[in-house]
Amino acid sequence: MFAYIIKRLIYAIPIALSVTVVSFVLVYLAPGDPLNAIAPADAPEEVIVALKSAYGLDKPVPVQYGLWLLRAVQGDLGTSIASGRAVTAEVLSAVSNTLLLAGMAALGGVLIGCILGALAGYRHGTWIDRVATVISVIGVSIPHYWLGLVLTIVFSIWLPWFPAMGAGPGGSSEWLWDVEHLRHLVLPALTLSVIPMGIITRTVRALVADMLEQEFVTALRARGLSGVAVFRHIAKNTAPTVLAVAGLQIGYLMGGSILVETVFAWPGTGFLLNTAIFQRDIPLLQGTILVLCMFFVVLNLLVDILQPLIDPRMGRG
Amino acid sequence: MSASLELSLRAAAVAAPAPSRSYWLVVWRQLRHDPMALAAGLVLLIIIGAAVFAPWLAPADPYKASMIKRLLPIGSPCFLLGTDELGRDMLSRLMHGGRLSLLMGVVPVLAAFGIGTAIGLFAGYVGGKVNMVIMRVLDVFYAFPSVLLAVAISGALGPGMSNSLLALTLVFVPQVVRVAESVTTQVRQLDYIEAARMSGAGAFSIIRVHVLGNVLGPVFVYATGLLSVSMILASGLSFLGLGVKPPEPEWGLMLNTLRSAIYVNPWIAALPGALIFVTSIAFNLLADSVRSAMDIRR
Repeated sequence: MFAYIIKRLIYAIPIALSVTVVSFVLVYLAPGDPLNAIAPADAPEEVIVALKSAYGLDKPVPVQYGLWLLRAVQGDLGTSIASGRAVTAEVLSAVSNTLLLAGMAALGGVLIGCILGALAGYRHGTWIDRVATVISVIGVSIPHYWLGLVLTIVFSIWLPWFPAMGAGPGGSSEWLWDVEHLRHLVLPALTLSVIPMGIITRTVRALVADMLEQEFVTALRARGLSGVAVFRHIAKNTAPTVLAVAGLQIGYLMGGSILVETVFAWPGTGFLLNTAIFQRDIPLLQGTILVLCMFFVVLNLLVDILQPLIDPRMGRG
Repeated sequence: MSASLELSLRAAAVAAPAPSRSYWLVVWRQLRHDPMALAAGLVLLIIIGAAVFAPWLAPADPYKASMIKRLLPIGSPCFLLGTDELGRDMLSRLMHGGRLSLLMGVVPVLAAFGIGTAIGLFAGYVGGKVNMVIMRVLDVFYAFPSVLLAVAISGALGPGMSNSLLALTLVFVPQVVRVAESVTTQVRQLDYIEAARMSGAGAFSIIRVHVLGNVLGPVFVYATGLLSVSMILASGLSFLGLGVKPPEPEWGLMLNTLRSAIYVNPWIAALPGALIFVTSIAFNLLADSVRSAMDIRR
């Protein structure tokens, strides 16, 4: 088990490194000189040279990458060109808002998905099954940015139950655990939860229906085990796969939230990415993508480590 | 996504000899008797038809704005589906919008289908170290959530339609390669490939005649499943302002520009998104039907 964890950790290092490379290389995808965003077009030669050395742009690309990585590891992601503030501070506050939104959405989506999927799998071919199937198809097909708009129309304009925008009263971007802030969270989290809900419902339904046909379930029932006891066996056998799918989905939510955050003016990474892209703020773009992807890498690592804890067969391979 | 991948891989593993013409006939017959596939196909046909023939069918000019006719409700005289925030006819804009939305949804999948199959076949057939290097490089793309990757690439390249097409293609290629590579690797080890090699067939003709037929099926099923994702992502990029630029009609962009209208005329604001939803659900249902129709060899 211990050896397995070490192996996984070592395997994550090249992935994490390559993520840093991709995040860094993104700048060079951009057309034109990154300096254009900082320096005015008619800047004199000596100003350009000074700016180049200030941002380290006068060195060869691999050296630039090395220096950038060295600083990034120490928590310094540079200075935002648009706001002049430290990128690390901006990204961290935005990421915490995104994680809160994605976490809530994942919690709701996975929970409802598991319940619906299990019900549908158990009652294969009944109306519950059909309802669950329809919900899961809708969940994977719906453009969630549109769902957010529809939910705003229904629950914020027609029925004034929830606020349509922001993370708190008066446009505050600092999160507090009080009723007013929670009310702001409801609609975006609900919107975002639909994707994992659809996929988890589909997965759990297929797994449970498949499991119920297996001989060991018949054997358990033949031995006179109660429904609850049989269910415990089924839950234990489906858990690793559900965990893997759920982990992947939570990761996708951190990307998917970009669109939902735009709809609800949620002060998270989506907002930051928007600023970064349209103001051509390269350090901010790099930093946000790097931090989000690192969370994704860590999440995948956690799932890999948790899986054999639930199902010891996996750790031996 | 992974469940469907497994399914198609399992189907491929059993389908050892290259499918003959009659196989596709059986699939087609199966689809023709599937009410879900027929319904989804019909809906798609109407949407695609309306988009393709928009220049002839649309009742008005999709670019013609009018300050006094802004945000007219659905069912107004002359404007069947009302007007948008600049007074342009919604029905005409939705029909014309389908052209770009469908194009931006389908083209990346087609491109990824072609490029991904080629890379996957190559990696799977050559095997060994070359395969390992290709697959490890592509693994890097899996370290990014797909929406984030699409936004990051098209954001770095700058807004624009061709850039978002490129970004979406880059998102899908590694996924298609994975499917194609794993099927190729399985098929390559089968005896009849060895027999073909013994009888002197070159690598190219073995791939073309003996491998491709087996690989196309699962990759095709996987690619049809990507269509709905691609539609949603492509329109999403336009919604963020990264794709098509105004005043071009495109569903995602229309959804964005109409956002402020939800307080005045919510139905109109919701229309473009409803079309994205209907198209994507039809693509999904059709993909499910195709998947089960092609699984008959099990």
